[in-house]
Amino acid sequence: MAKIVVDVMLKPEILDPQGQAVGAALPRLGFTFAKSVRQGKRFEIEVDGDPTPAQLAEVSKAAQTLLANPVIETFVVKVEK
Amino acid sequence: MALDTVAAAGTTPDRSQPFAALGLKPDEYQRIREILGRRPTSSELAMYSVMWSEHCSYKSSKVHLRQFGEKAPHSDALLVGIGENAGVVDVGQGYAVTFKIESHNHPSFVEPYQGAATGVGGIVRDILTMGARPIAVMDPLRFGPADAPDTHRVLPGIVAGIGGYGNCLGLPNIGGEIVFDETYAGNPLVNALCVGVMRHDQIKLAKASGVGNLVVLYGAKTGGDGIGGVSILASETFDSTGSAKRPSVQVGDPFVEKVLIECSLEIFAEDLVVGIQDLGGAGLSCATSELASAGTGGMKVALDTVPLRDPSLSPEEILMSESQERMCAIVEPSKIDRFLEICKKWDVTVTVIGEVTDSDRLIITWHDEVIVNVPPRTVAHEGPVYERPCIKPDYVDRVNAEKLNLPMPTTASEIRAAVLKLISSPNLADKSWVTSQYDKYVQGNTIQSQPEDSGMVRIDEKTHLGVAISTDANASWSYLNPYEGAKLALAEAARNIATAGAKPLAVTNCLNFGSPEDPGVMWQFAETVRGLADGCLEMGLPVTGGNVSFYNSTGDVAILPTPVIGVLGVIQDVRTRTPMSFDRTGLDLYLFGETHADLAGSEWAYLHNQRGGQAPTADLQREIRLIKLLLEGQPLFAAAHDLSQGGLVATLSEMVLRHNMGATIQLTGDLATALLSETPGRVVVAVEPTNAQAINTLAAKHQIALTQIGTTGGSSLTINDAAIGLDELRRAFTDTIPKLFGHSRADLPSILPLDAKKIG
Amino acid sequence: MKVGVVTFPGSLDDRDAARAIRAVGAEAIALWHGDSELHNVDAVILPGGFSYGDYLRCGAISRFAPVMTSIIERANTGMPVLGICNGFQILCESHLLPGALTRNHALHFLCTDQRLRIENTTTAWTSNFTVGQEIVIPLKNGEGSFQCDDATLAQLEDEGRVVLRYVGENPNGSRNLIAGITNARGNVVGLMPHPEHAIDPLTGPSADGLPFFTSVLTALVGK
Repeated sequence: MAKIVVDVMLKPEILDPQGQAVGAALPRLGFTFAKSVRQGKRFEIEVDGDPTPAQLAEVSKAAQTLLANPVIETFVVKVEK
Repeated sequence: MALDTVAAAGTTPDRSQPFAALGLKPDEYQRIREILGRRPTSSELAMYSVMWSEHCSYKSSKVHLRQFGEKAPHSDALLVGIGENAGVVDVGQGYAVTFKIESHNHPSFVEPYQGAATGVGGIVRDILTMGARPIAVMDPLRFGPADAPDTHRVLPGIVAGIGGYGNCLGLPNIGGEIVFDETYAGNPLVNALCVGVMRHDQIKLAKASGVGNLVVLYGAKTGGDGIGGVSILASETFDSTGSAKRPSVQVGDPFVEKVLIECSLEIFAEDLVVGIQDLGGAGLSCATSELASAGTGGMKVALDTVPLRDPSLSPEEILMSESQERMCAIVEPSKIDRFLEICKKWDVTVTVIGEVTDSDRLIITWHDEVIVNVPPRTVAHEGPVYERPCIKPDYVDRVNAEKLNLPMPTTASEIRAAVLKLISSPNLADKSWVTSQYDKYVQGNTIQSQPEDSGMVRIDEKTHLGVAISTDANASWSYLNPYEGAKLALAEAARNIATAGAKPLAVTNCLNFGSPEDPGVMWQFAETVRGLADGCLEMGLPVTGGNVSFYNSTGDVAILPTPVIGVLGVIQDVRTRTPMSFDRTGLDLYLFGETHADLAGSEWAYLHNQRGGQAPTADLQREIRLIKLLLEGQPLFAAAHDLSQGGLVATLSEMVLRHNMGATIQLTGDLATALLSETPGRVVVAVEPTNAQAINTLAAKHQIALTQIGTTGGSSLTINDAAIGLDELRRAFTDTIPKLFGHSRADLPSILPLDAKKIG
Repeated sequence: MKVGVVTFPGSLDDRDAARAIRAVGAEAIALWHGDSELHNVDAVILPGGFSYGDYLRCGAISRFAPVMTSIIERANTGMPVLGICNGFQILCESHLLPGALTRNHALHFLCTDQRLRIENTTTAWTSNFTVGQEIVIPLKNGEGSFQCDDATLAQLEDEGRVVLRYVGENPNGSRNLIAGITNARGNVVGLMPHPEHAIDPLTGPSADGLPFFTSVLTALVGK
């Protein structure tokens, strides 16, 4: 069974207070590696068999319509085995 | 593992069973065998263990709680008393009000957000189950020291969880308390109160009657949430190394609950249920056995028909699951179609899982094989009862004999410093950083909420009928004298209702204590119940229900005995209520009640690390007179505010800051005592000067001491020759909590620190 | 005059919106999310709440409800529509209004008596105010931070489509202190604060919310 994954992120220009807060918390816990943090959403969609290009196109359409708000968010569709 | 059936139990009588791991004592296990005349099946064992846990069976507290019935005052207002999901009180005009308070302490320590959220969800379902529309919530909370790391782990999550769940349900949060004390470190108290309203003829009870009626499960699907949560988490010890197989934390879905509320109210409005029970602690085990036990006794349930979120759950786990947002209804066959239709409208999952039978057994099958066959009363209502030893702990006489040695401010600069120190202390400082995370406006009927003395909601828009509720506890006094402490908390809660002009009607309680296996804790508990029952009898206020939470301790340190008392009152016209403060100049300020040197257990003593001395003695006759005075004198009062923690200093500071209107106070005699003492039974009122004679007449009539202490106006709080500008006062009052918690984040992971492993 | 109030699963302030409509003498008509029939209403209010739990994004699922198809259609031909809080979020998700509402900058729910300034009195819902008038009504939400790109912001400001602005400290991180906006036509307005909770000082901080509801009656009568 394959999984179609949709990652949704706020557009770079949109304020991300959650990511900022996590970014501020990391150094307080001794993790100093992060220059910045942005927080997004991940959708895992199970389908039967290998996803077809048509299916992926459908998922993209769904992402455009429902999963992401194109006014403030971008998304990426990918397949995970 | 093979299915353990009743038939199998008959053929394998000696199979060893893990009763101890489920929290049952050997003699309790033996009693189950005697009841059944065989060994229990694993499903039966699961049911008994969870239903006989401290949390569900009240086995340690029952012998004491009986006093609430034995000493119950006569009350025409009581429609449904102790024993149902919540008590119901007649508030007139055909309205009935139900209210109850419950604890969710241990789950909130483990997972603050979900623990607190599901605490709100659970109490709201209890209220809904009575047939009522939930109309408001309140949350008395207690935490370790405000600057302790674990407080910063749990407080933001608990507050966000209460807000996240309650706000999403559309229930205004109208009050509560937040108290910090060392003994709650590692054991925060999350008590949740809900109040609901219905017409008299809409009251529903949790009983399954009528042979052939259907048992219907509706709401969320069943998952592996909180399996064993009740028996393991809320009683006995627990540690974080337990089974990782199933989550012990229940996760709440307020959206599902909101839909469940609307769906249920529509079902109730069409009179489609005979009996109803929510699924909370102990899930289906509790709901089916309680419904059957309270009804005619017989019920048959096909457990395999229960809709599952996780198909791998075993029958035992389904019986134990504490998945939230589920209800169990008893429905006549002729009404089931309409019932299903309403569920469909709200998109609520609904399944007929069984029926009421004419036997006296609760029979549960799994794919047609009988896995439970028990007399339901033995599960639900005839559990073990313990007379635990009660021994007055050594500390009591020792601390009572201690003499306080406190700095007593006398000069203007000392008084200024004392006022600022007190009102900036975490316990007295402004809590709006917390309360602004709660929706207080939704439903459009909130008349009063924090920081008023009580919460008040309108229940009829045309007649302006309303109810007021206050919850109070003074654990420092209960520590010094649990008997008086309980009475004093009751008196304070009732007074907080009366200052607004509402008449106290009924009492609920949440009794938070350490381990009942500690005879000293058990003594505290017994004294508290005795005090509360005596107090309620004397004040004529029936106890309508409540909740006991034991095992609140960290290591061998028990929390302070913390009986949280909720009092509900009725006000005929909410438009006439008296607010806690004034917004105009030129009013006279009076103090009702005498002030004695009651500094033991006071906030001033706490700030100087002194816990000793003797708690005040409750004079309930005087409290009753004061309440009568407040109700009779209501038209005279422009404002009325109770004196409690922080004494006159806190009361005056809160009053002047509420509407940014100063006051000039002239006190005579022992100034420090006048300002800092916490003598109970006192109220400050603001009155038009033209009413001076009327106030004096009123005080004389009710034999309550009256002192004129000052006037309103100006931009400072001036006490004799000590003046504090309102801006400075406000900064001291409002800076503390945001400074402590403003940077704490509820949505960062609040993982239990490994070194905070909890013992008993 | 009939004003519809939509109930979605998870709507909370629907009864309050209906009460406000009745308070100004109009008839409140309950509309159900699953029913595309608008029952001849003259205007619609999308009330506050947490429709569908706000789990995906606030308003993201509600915009696809059957009732919204009808509302969008009528809004595009001039019917007055007011979205309050969650309703504002739904209007943005429906693209009846530009921008989006995101998480408050302090990252927690905030319920407060908010001071606001009226910036535009030409809309169907604000004509009974005066420009520059300051009002206090409740603000209560977790995701009320108005965000949009620079071009949209410039357009909103240039066209005077900011209806309501926060006064004082920015409560949630909204761009340009925006608390409410309108579409170009002025019939669709979205507000983060809750005027329906400010119709009577007994139950709210003021009665400053009433003119929103009287305005729409004026607009409808004037037609």
